[in-house]
Amino acid sequence: MIELIDVEKSYVVDGRAVPALKPTRLEIANGEVFGIVGHSGAGKSTLVRLINRLEAPSGGRVVIDGEDVTGYGDEDLRAFRRKVGMIFQHFNLLFSKTVADNIAFPMKLAGIYSRAEIRERVDELLQRVGLTDQARKYPAQLSGGQKQRVGIARALACRPSILLCDEATSALDPQTTQSVLRLLADINRELNLTIVLITHEMDVVRRVCDRVAVMDAGEVVESGPVTDVFLHPQHTTSREFVFESEQVDEDEMQEDFARARGRILRLTFQGESTYEPLLGSVARESGVDFSILSGRIDRIKETPYGQLTLSLVGGDLNAALAALDRADVHVEVLR
Amino acid sequence: MIESLLTGVDWPQIGMASWDTLIMVGVSLFFSVLLGLPAGVLLFLTGKGQLLEQPVAYAILSFVVNVLRSIPFIILLIVMIPVTVMLIGTSLGVAGAIPPLVAGGAPFFARLVETSMREVDRGIIEATRAMGASVRQVIFGALLPEALPGLIAGITVTAITLVSYAAMSGVVGGGGLGDLAIRYGYQRFQTDVMIITVSLLVVFVQLLQMLGDRLVLYFSHR
Ligand SMILES: Nc1ncnc2c1ncn2[C@@H]1O[C@H](COP(=O)(O)OP(=O)(O)OP(=O)(O)O)[C@@H](O)[C@H]1O
Ligand SMILES: [Mg+2]
Repeated sequence: MIELIDVEKSYVVDGRAVPALKPTRLEIANGEVFGIVGHSGAGKSTLVRLINRLEAPSGGRVVIDGEDVTGYGDEDLRAFRRKVGMIFQHFNLLFSKTVADNIAFPMKLAGIYSRAEIRERVDELLQRVGLTDQARKYPAQLSGGQKQRVGIARALACRPSILLCDEATSALDPQTTQSVLRLLADINRELNLTIVLITHEMDVVRRVCDRVAVMDAGEVVESGPVTDVFLHPQHTTSREFVFESEQVDEDEMQEDFARARGRILRLTFQGESTYEPLLGSVARESGVDFSILSGRIDRIKETPYGQLTLSLVGGDLNAALAALDRADVHVEVLR
Repeated sequence: MIESLLTGVDWPQIGMASWDTLIMVGVSLFFSVLLGLPAGVLLFLTGKGQLLEQPVAYAILSFVVNVLRSIPFIILLIVMIPVTVMLIGTSLGVAGAIPPLVAGGAPFFARLVETSMREVDRGIIEATRAMGASVRQVIFGALLPEALPGLIAGITVTAITLVSYAAMSGVVGGGGLGDLAIRYGYQRFQTDVMIITVSLLVVFVQLLQMLGDRLVLYFSHR
């Protein structure tokens, strides 16, 4: 488990301490995929870099699997970092080394593996990320997606228990992003690896994360299971991110609402209820008439969900609400 | 006409002088790299925002390099005479030219080393640190290999600079082609000797540049 206990970080700029991360408390369970979203400069990288101590915290403690790593000296820190892999937006592969040598690099640095062990592990990882036939190429000869796969293989070389991803898909096109995310999800499942994933795309969070923290101006402003934050965002920043990923324009939405008659409800279905033919029966029983203002069905990781915005006229509204409630549908009355 | 022009040319002497120039450049390049490389790496590492940020050490090192680099080489040749005599007993001939050449070449190369290391992506250094590398491992495992093409280009530029410095050292009694050009071409008005020595220097510089470019290309995987 990763425990950040009131960690904070400020940088000294022109003799003044500027906070990049305000005191933050966060727990990330083993085997979890934890997303961190936020606008540029929100402090996402700072937070993640505190975990493997690329930055030393200005206050607070970082505890990994019950061990306080905050005060680690040089030797301990280096051994600890081997247990924490990291991948980057711009891959940060060594241009001077082949794909195979890049993957072998952390093992060579560790100085505790034999040549045979390294060769075997590199072959295994190449296969894992599907780059066996690119082993002798140099990074400059690869596509972005392939480079990130090398980055992932390299990060896994010393069998870490944590993988930190700083905008690992931000430089990739949508399709490549998909395949890299799928790879990360597979790794998470097969190796029970804890993944901390920074992104500014809520869509990435939706696809792979179990829980998410939303950051704004050096603070975690909202955190929780992705289903909660995604379907019922509380903080303005979270709402912005969700709306952006669903391509909802708040102004247009308000305009639609203004033109609709009656009450406006937002229904959220999760799991199997997503596929239930519910609306028709509710309308019949309660006598309300409805029109659909917007709707979508999608998935959060493996959980299907649906969200419908309806305007209701006539009939017995309370009976409709009660029927929806019985069917385990989450209802928000927007107007 | 051409034959009469070339009759006075002492070919064996020109051969000897070429060899001397080669030795002067080769030996001084060796020592320039030997001293300049660590100095350049130190300049880089102690610089602002780098791994071993150390403002005082950087300021001192940078000052020494700047001083040596700001003295015109012809003056450095003269200033260095007592040091050279102390080091190798004479300030004349091929051997006597080496210390001033190194004094001019090493700081020049050190700056080039610093620059080529700065061109290594910070992200690569960061990734290497994140793998648990020590400072020594970052230097030898990542920085130097990544900067290699730049370093080779720097060695090439330094070598070419040393060719012209070596020629200049002829003025104060160093050996080689420069010495020949000054003694025969300039002082005795033997234009043919002047032309031959200059041509040889041009060819030498061309060859160095070509070799350097090839090596850079070979080691560059960008
Ligand atoms: N080395 C540094 N010196 C001074 N200020 C810094 C430094 N690194 C980061 N900051 C500041 O800290 C704040 C948080 O930066 P951070 O890199 O964590 O943001 P981020 O959320 O990762 O942004 P992005 O999405 O652009 O990567 C920013 O205001 C940034 O300017
Ligand atoms: Mg960042």
